[in-house]
Amino acid sequence: MHELSIAQSLLALIEDEMAKHGKEKLITVKVRHGRLSSVVPEALSMAFEVMTADSRLAGAALVMEETPVLLRCRDCSREFTPDPPTAAFAPCPGCGQELGHTVVSGRELYIEYLELE
Amino acid sequence: MQIPVVRNILEANANEASELKDFFAQKGILVLNLMSSPGAGKTTILERTLTDLRNELRMAVIEGDLQTDNDARRVAATGAQAVQINTEGGCHLTASQIRAALASLDLGGLDILFIENVGNLVCPAEFDVGEDFKVTLLSVTEGDDKPEKYPLMFHISAATLLNKIDLLPYVDFNLANASRHARTLNADISLFPVSARTGEGLDAWYDWLRARRAAKKKLA
Repeated sequence: MHELSIAQSLLALIEDEMAKHGKEKLITVKVRHGRLSSVVPEALSMAFEVMTADSRLAGAALVMEETPVLLRCRDCSREFTPDPPTAAFAPCPGCGQELGHTVVSGRELYIEYLELE
Repeated sequence: MQIPVVRNILEANANEASELKDFFAQKGILVLNLMSSPGAGKTTILERTLTDLRNELRMAVIEGDLQTDNDARRVAATGAQAVQINTEGGCHLTASQIRAALASLDLGGLDILFIENVGNLVCPAEFDVGEDFKVTLLSVTEGDDKPEKYPLMFHISAATLLNKIDLLPYVDFNLANASRHARTLNADISLFPVSARTGEGLDAWYDWLRARRAAKKKLA
């Protein structure tokens, strides 16, 4: 349940960006989270809601989008998403190599954009 | 108006961890972040390691637990320095907690700092604490499918200790399966089947520690 600390860090970044752009109101914050970063969207939503309840950010929309895992084969360098996408790792569909793929994406956890007024 | 941002949400922790890393590099201290489920044997492995290597290495431990200082007291009984962090329900340690704990340690001449993270195979994976390497413990009583179930943890670990192998005759744990799964996630992972209770397999783990520590000292 590390969504609380994620929400905390998220709010600090939002306040920082609002100050930078001289804006008072947050309409939307868009967050992108990789499949491997083990963020539970419902938990993050709830933490965000609770932590903004009595602040000027209350009522802002938190939009989340998951990035699928993208692996690069250690042998043939082919990039692929495991099938089924719920699996974190899988043999390379090109050469069958099972071991040691690199994670190209799927670990991200970042703010993509803010909608401010 | 829409403002593109693209900022890592955990950047504050990442930045603090990277400052800690620089600090430890200057001092030539090898720092290991130990992670596992609760009860896998982290503290017992540490007790053995600190006792067996007492005469050749100076070691200290930062203990992370939700509550109690039981682990710090166990570790301190070996003669090593130990400091306890109580996270009061927090499911992982952060770089700033480590920075604060350093104030209670004498770092002079220290060879290895072990950070025993909160027992949890999910959250600690996302929070660097200034370590050189992440080391995961998996005990044979937990099931050999754990690497598959917690892929990120094993993907980012440099070493995994498969602990409690003295119990292998009594549990359905296939060592080969667990090893294969771990290697699928990370082909370069070092695997050490050990028993903290009997001491079996610990020599290979100690050699790994010695080699990593020597490499770190050389860079300092």
